[in-house]
Amino acid sequence: MGDLKLTYQVDGGDLLQAGEASSQMKMALKKLDLPPEVIRKASICMYEGEINMVIHADGGHVEVTVGMDAITIRLVDQGPGIPDVDKAMEEGFTTAGDVARDLGFGAGMGLPNMKRYSDEMEIDTTVGVGTTVTMRIHIA
Amino acid sequence: MYLYEIRDTLQATVLCGEEALDREVRSACASDFMSDVLAYVKDQGLLLTGMVNPQVVRTAEMMDMKCIVFVRGKLPGPDIVELARERDIVVMRSALRMFIACGLLYSRGLAGE
Ligand SMILES: Nc1ncnc2c1ncn2[C@@H]1O[C@H](COP(=O)(O)OP(=O)(O)OP(=O)(O)O)[C@@H](O)[C@H]1O
Ligand SMILES: [Mg+2]
Repeated sequence: MGDLKLTYQVDGGDLLQAGEASSQMKMALKKLDLPPEVIRKASICMYEGEINMVIHADGGHVEVTVGMDAITIRLVDQGPGIPDVDKAMEEGFTTAGDVARDLGFGAGMGLPNMKRYSDEMEIDTTVGVGTTVTMRIHIA
Repeated sequence: MYLYEIRDTLQATVLCGEEALDREVRSACASDFMSDVLAYVKDQGLLLTGMVNPQVVRTAEMMDMKCIVFVRGKLPGPDIVELARERDIVVMRSALRMFIACGLLYSRGLAGE
Protein backbone atom coordinates (compact mmCIF):
# COMPACT_ATOMS: atom_id res chain seq x y z
CA MET A 1 0.00 0.00 0.00
CA GLY A 2 1.41 3.40 -0.96
CA ASP A 3 1.48 6.49 1.21
CA LEU A 4 -1.60 8.68 1.31
CA LYS A 5 -0.89 12.23 0.17
CA LEU A 6 -3.14 15.18 0.89
CA THR A 7 -2.64 18.79 -0.22
CA TYR A 8 -4.36 21.89 1.12
CA GLN A 9 -4.28 25.53 0.04
CA VAL A 10 -4.31 28.09 2.83
CA ASP A 11 -5.58 31.58 2.01
CA GLY A 12 -3.88 34.50 3.64
CA GLY A 13 -5.82 37.48 4.79
CA ASP A 14 -8.90 35.83 6.20
CA LEU A 15 -8.11 34.89 9.75
CA LEU A 16 -11.72 33.99 10.47
CA GLN A 17 -11.56 31.15 7.94
CA ALA A 18 -8.17 29.90 9.14
CA GLY A 19 -8.25 26.33 10.37
CA GLU A 20 -10.37 24.97 7.53
CA ALA A 21 -7.46 22.97 6.10
CA SER A 22 -6.65 21.49 9.52
CA SER A 23 -10.27 20.58 9.98
CA GLN A 24 -10.34 18.80 6.62
CA MET A 25 -7.14 16.94 7.41
CA LYS A 26 -8.51 15.87 10.75
CA MET A 27 -11.62 14.45 9.11
CA ALA A 28 -9.49 12.60 6.54
CA LEU A 29 -7.29 11.11 9.28
CA LYS A 30 -10.33 10.00 11.25
CA LYS A 31 -11.36 7.79 8.36
CA LEU A 32 -8.08 5.91 8.66
CA ASP A 33 -7.37 3.42 11.37
CA LEU A 34 -5.11 5.69 13.45
CA PRO A 35 -4.87 6.10 17.25
CA PRO A 36 -6.91 9.14 18.43
CA GLU A 37 -3.85 10.54 20.22
CA VAL A 38 -1.87 10.55 16.98
CA ILE A 39 -4.71 12.30 15.15
CA ARG A 40 -4.97 14.90 17.91
CA LYS A 41 -1.25 15.65 17.88
CA ALA A 42 -1.18 15.92 14.08
CA SER A 43 -4.25 18.19 14.13
CA ILE A 44 -2.75 20.57 16.69
CA CYS A 45 0.56 20.73 14.81
CA MET A 46 -1.16 21.46 11.54
CA TYR A 47 -3.57 23.98 13.06
CA GLU A 48 -0.83 26.02 14.73
CA GLY A 49 1.13 25.94 11.49
CA GLU A 50 -1.88 26.95 9.44
CA ILE A 51 -2.66 29.88 11.75
CA ASN A 52 0.96 31.03 11.57
CA MET A 53 0.79 30.88 7.80
CA VAL A 54 -2.27 33.12 7.77
CA ILE A 55 -1.10 35.58 10.44
CA HIS A 56 2.56 35.85 9.56
CA ALA A 57 2.96 34.80 5.93
CA ASP A 58 -0.22 35.60 3.97
CA GLY A 59 -1.06 31.96 3.32
CA GLY A 60 0.62 29.07 1.54
CA HIS A 61 0.03 25.37 1.13
CA VAL A 62 0.32 22.21 3.18
CA GLU A 63 1.37 18.73 2.09
CA VAL A 64 0.38 15.89 4.36
CA THR A 65 1.76 12.39 3.86
CA VAL A 66 0.41 9.47 5.83
CA GLY A 67 2.86 6.57 5.76
CA MET A 68 3.00 3.29 7.61
CA ASP A 69 4.89 4.67 10.61
CA ALA A 70 4.51 8.44 10.52
CA ILE A 71 2.40 11.38 9.46
CA THR A 72 4.47 14.08 7.80
CA ILE A 73 3.12 17.63 7.64
CA ARG A 74 4.93 20.13 5.44
CA LEU A 75 3.81 23.76 5.58
CA VAL A 76 5.18 25.89 2.78
CA ASP A 77 4.82 29.66 2.51
CA GLN A 78 6.35 32.54 0.59
CA GLY A 79 6.07 34.93 3.49
CA PRO A 80 8.67 37.20 5.08
CA GLY A 81 10.67 34.36 6.65
CA ILE A 82 11.85 34.16 10.26
CA PRO A 83 14.99 36.21 11.03
CA ASP A 84 15.86 34.41 14.29
CA VAL A 85 14.44 30.91 14.57
CA ASP A 86 15.80 30.27 18.09
CA LYS A 87 14.05 33.39 19.31
CA ALA A 88 10.82 32.49 17.49
CA MET A 89 10.88 29.09 19.21
CA GLU A 90 10.89 30.67 22.68
CA GLU A 91 7.63 30.47 24.57
CA GLY A 92 6.06 33.92 24.67
CA PHE A 93 7.93 35.42 21.72
CA THR A 94 5.53 36.97 19.23
CA THR A 95 5.39 39.63 16.54
CA ALA A 96 1.62 39.20 16.12
CA GLY A 97 -0.35 42.42 15.84
CA ASP A 98 -3.66 43.52 17.30
CA VAL A 99 -5.81 41.76 14.69
CA ALA A 100 -4.38 38.38 15.64
CA ARG A 101 -4.53 39.18 19.34
CA ASP A 102 -8.16 40.16 19.13
CA LEU A 103 -8.86 36.66 17.86
CA GLY A 104 -6.98 34.95 20.67
CA PHE A 105 -3.63 34.49 18.98
CA GLY A 106 -0.23 35.99 19.67
CA ALA A 107 0.67 34.20 22.88
CA GLY A 108 3.93 33.10 21.30
CA MET A 109 3.03 29.49 21.96
CA GLY A 110 2.40 28.13 18.47
CA LEU A 111 5.89 27.02 17.46
CA PRO A 112 6.63 25.61 20.95
CA ASN A 113 3.36 23.67 20.72
CA MET A 114 4.31 22.31 17.31
CA LYS A 115 7.66 21.21 18.72
CA ARG A 116 5.94 19.63 21.73
CA TYR A 117 3.42 17.58 19.78
CA SER A 118 5.57 16.48 16.88
CA ASP A 119 8.29 13.86 17.16
CA GLU A 120 10.53 15.68 14.71
CA MET A 121 10.37 19.26 13.52
CA GLU A 122 12.49 21.22 11.10
CA ILE A 123 12.22 24.89 10.10
CA ASP A 124 13.75 25.96 6.84
CA THR A 125 13.43 29.72 6.43
CA THR A 126 14.97 32.54 4.46
CA VAL A 127 14.14 36.18 5.10
CA GLY A 128 12.32 37.64 2.13
CA VAL A 129 11.78 34.22 0.52
CA GLY A 130 9.61 32.14 2.80
CA THR A 131 9.35 29.42 5.38
CA THR A 132 8.91 25.66 5.24
CA VAL A 133 8.06 23.85 8.45
CA THR A 134 8.22 20.05 8.37
CA MET A 135 6.86 17.97 11.21
CA ARG A 136 6.70 14.22 11.68
CA ILE A 137 4.33 12.52 14.08
CA HIS A 138 5.12 8.88 14.68
CA ILE A 139 2.32 6.36 14.56
CA ALA A 140 2.48 4.09 17.63
CA MET B 1 -19.06 16.10 35.72
CA TYR B 2 -21.99 15.83 33.33
CA LEU B 3 -22.67 18.64 30.92
CA TYR B 4 -26.13 19.23 32.38
CA GLU B 5 -24.47 19.76 35.78
CA ILE B 6 -22.15 22.29 34.20
CA ARG B 7 -25.15 24.05 32.67
CA ASP B 8 -26.89 24.19 36.07
CA THR B 9 -23.76 25.24 37.97
CA LEU B 10 -23.06 28.12 35.59
CA GLN B 11 -26.74 29.01 35.08
CA ALA B 12 -25.89 28.67 31.43
CA THR B 13 -28.02 28.69 28.31
CA VAL B 14 -27.43 25.83 25.87
CA LEU B 15 -27.03 27.13 22.30
CA CYS B 16 -26.49 23.77 20.63
CA GLY B 17 -26.17 20.13 21.61
CA GLU B 18 -29.15 20.04 24.00
CA GLU B 19 -29.44 16.30 23.25
CA ALA B 20 -25.84 15.63 24.34
CA LEU B 21 -25.95 16.98 27.91
CA ASP B 22 -25.56 13.49 29.37
CA ARG B 23 -21.95 13.46 28.22
CA GLU B 24 -19.29 13.62 30.88
CA VAL B 25 -16.11 15.69 31.11
CA ARG B 26 -13.27 15.01 33.53
CA SER B 27 -11.36 18.25 33.33
CA ALA B 28 -11.50 21.75 31.93
CA CYS B 29 -9.38 24.53 30.57
CA ALA B 30 -10.01 28.28 30.66
CA SER B 31 -8.27 30.87 28.51
CA ASP B 32 -8.74 33.59 25.93
CA PHE B 33 -5.53 32.58 24.16
CA MET B 34 -6.05 29.65 21.82
CA SER B 35 -2.39 28.59 21.81
CA ASP B 36 -2.59 28.45 25.57
CA VAL B 37 -5.45 26.00 25.28
CA LEU B 38 -3.57 23.99 22.68
CA ALA B 39 -0.50 23.78 24.92
CA TYR B 40 -2.05 21.45 27.47
CA VAL B 41 -3.42 18.42 25.77
CA LYS B 42 -4.72 16.28 28.56
CA ASP B 43 -8.18 14.89 28.60
CA GLN B 44 -9.79 18.29 28.74
CA GLY B 45 -13.35 18.01 27.62
CA LEU B 46 -14.48 21.53 28.47
CA LEU B 47 -13.27 24.92 27.29
CA LEU B 48 -14.27 28.13 29.04
CA THR B 49 -13.48 31.32 27.16
CA GLY B 50 -14.42 34.96 26.81
CA MET B 51 -13.17 35.01 23.23
CA VAL B 52 -15.90 34.79 20.59
CA ASN B 53 -14.89 33.72 17.08
CA PRO B 54 -14.79 30.60 14.88
CA GLN B 55 -11.21 29.84 15.97
CA VAL B 56 -12.52 28.93 19.40
CA VAL B 57 -14.54 26.14 17.82
CA ARG B 58 -11.59 25.11 15.65
CA THR B 59 -9.38 24.92 18.70
CA ALA B 60 -11.90 22.78 20.58
CA GLU B 61 -12.25 20.60 17.49
CA MET B 62 -8.49 19.98 17.21
CA MET B 63 -8.42 19.06 20.91
CA ASP B 64 -11.42 16.70 20.73
CA MET B 65 -13.25 18.79 23.32
CA LYS B 66 -16.90 18.10 24.04
CA CYS B 67 -18.16 21.48 25.20
CA ILE B 68 -17.44 25.20 24.97
CA VAL B 69 -18.81 27.70 27.49
CA PHE B 70 -18.69 31.37 26.51
CA VAL B 71 -18.48 33.39 29.73
CA ARG B 72 -19.14 37.05 30.58
CA GLY B 73 -22.42 36.89 28.69
CA LYS B 74 -20.70 36.72 25.31
CA LEU B 75 -23.08 35.74 22.54
CA PRO B 76 -21.56 33.78 19.65
CA GLY B 77 -23.08 34.38 16.20
CA PRO B 78 -25.07 31.70 14.35
CA ASP B 79 -22.07 30.83 12.16
CA ILE B 80 -20.05 29.90 15.24
CA VAL B 81 -22.84 27.84 16.76
CA GLU B 82 -23.41 26.08 13.43
CA LEU B 83 -19.73 25.20 13.10
CA ALA B 84 -19.82 23.67 16.58
CA ARG B 85 -22.99 21.75 15.80
CA GLU B 86 -21.37 20.27 12.68
CA ARG B 87 -18.41 19.17 14.79
CA ASP B 88 -20.64 17.69 17.50
CA ILE B 89 -19.50 20.17 20.16
CA VAL B 90 -21.98 21.44 22.78
CA VAL B 91 -22.07 25.25 23.15
CA MET B 92 -23.31 27.17 26.20
CA ARG B 93 -23.16 30.74 27.36
CA SER B 94 -23.10 32.05 30.88
CA ALA B 95 -23.31 35.56 32.26
CA LEU B 96 -20.75 34.70 34.94
CA ARG B 97 -17.27 36.09 34.83
CA MET B 98 -14.43 33.69 34.10
CA PHE B 99 -13.07 33.60 37.63
CA ILE B 100 -16.45 32.85 39.16
CA ALA B 101 -17.32 30.25 36.53
CA CYS B 102 -14.04 28.39 37.06
CA GLY B 103 -14.31 28.66 40.83
CA LEU B 104 -17.79 27.19 40.90
CA LEU B 105 -16.87 24.25 38.68
CA TYR B 106 -13.66 23.59 40.59
CA SER B 107 -15.36 23.69 43.97
CA ARG B 108 -17.87 21.14 42.73
CA GLY B 109 -15.19 18.71 41.78
CA LEU B 110 -14.18 19.43 38.21
CA ALA B 111 -10.40 19.27 38.03
CA GLY B 112 -7.98 21.36 36.01
CA GLU B 113 -6.23 18.29 34.68
N1 LIG C 1 5.32 31.02 8.78
C1 LIG C 1 5.90 32.07 9.37
N2 LIG C 1 6.39 33.10 8.63
C2 LIG C 1 6.99 34.15 9.23
N3 LIG C 1 7.14 34.29 10.56
C3 LIG C 1 6.66 33.30 11.35
C4 LIG C 1 6.02 32.16 10.81
N4 LIG C 1 5.67 31.34 11.84
C5 LIG C 1 6.06 31.97 12.96
N5 LIG C 1 6.67 33.15 12.69
C6 LIG C 1 7.29 34.09 13.66
O1 LIG C 1 7.57 33.41 14.87
C7 LIG C 1 6.88 34.02 15.96
C8 LIG C 1 6.46 32.97 16.97
O2 LIG C 1 5.46 32.10 16.39
P1 LIG C 1 4.47 31.32 17.35
O3 LIG C 1 3.53 30.52 16.53
O4 LIG C 1 5.26 30.58 18.37
O5 LIG C 1 3.68 32.48 18.12
P2 LIG C 1 2.56 33.46 17.54
O6 LIG C 1 2.04 32.95 16.25
O7 LIG C 1 3.12 34.84 17.52
O8 LIG C 1 1.44 33.38 18.67
P3 LIG C 1 0.49 32.08 18.95
O9 LIG C 1 0.97 30.97 18.10
O10 LIG C 1 0.62 31.81 20.42
O11 LIG C 1 -0.88 32.52 18.61
C9 LIG C 1 5.73 34.78 15.32
O12 LIG C 1 5.24 35.84 16.12
C10 LIG C 1 6.38 35.26 14.02
O13 LIG C 1 7.18 36.38 14.25
MG1 LIG D 1 1.42 30.95 16.11
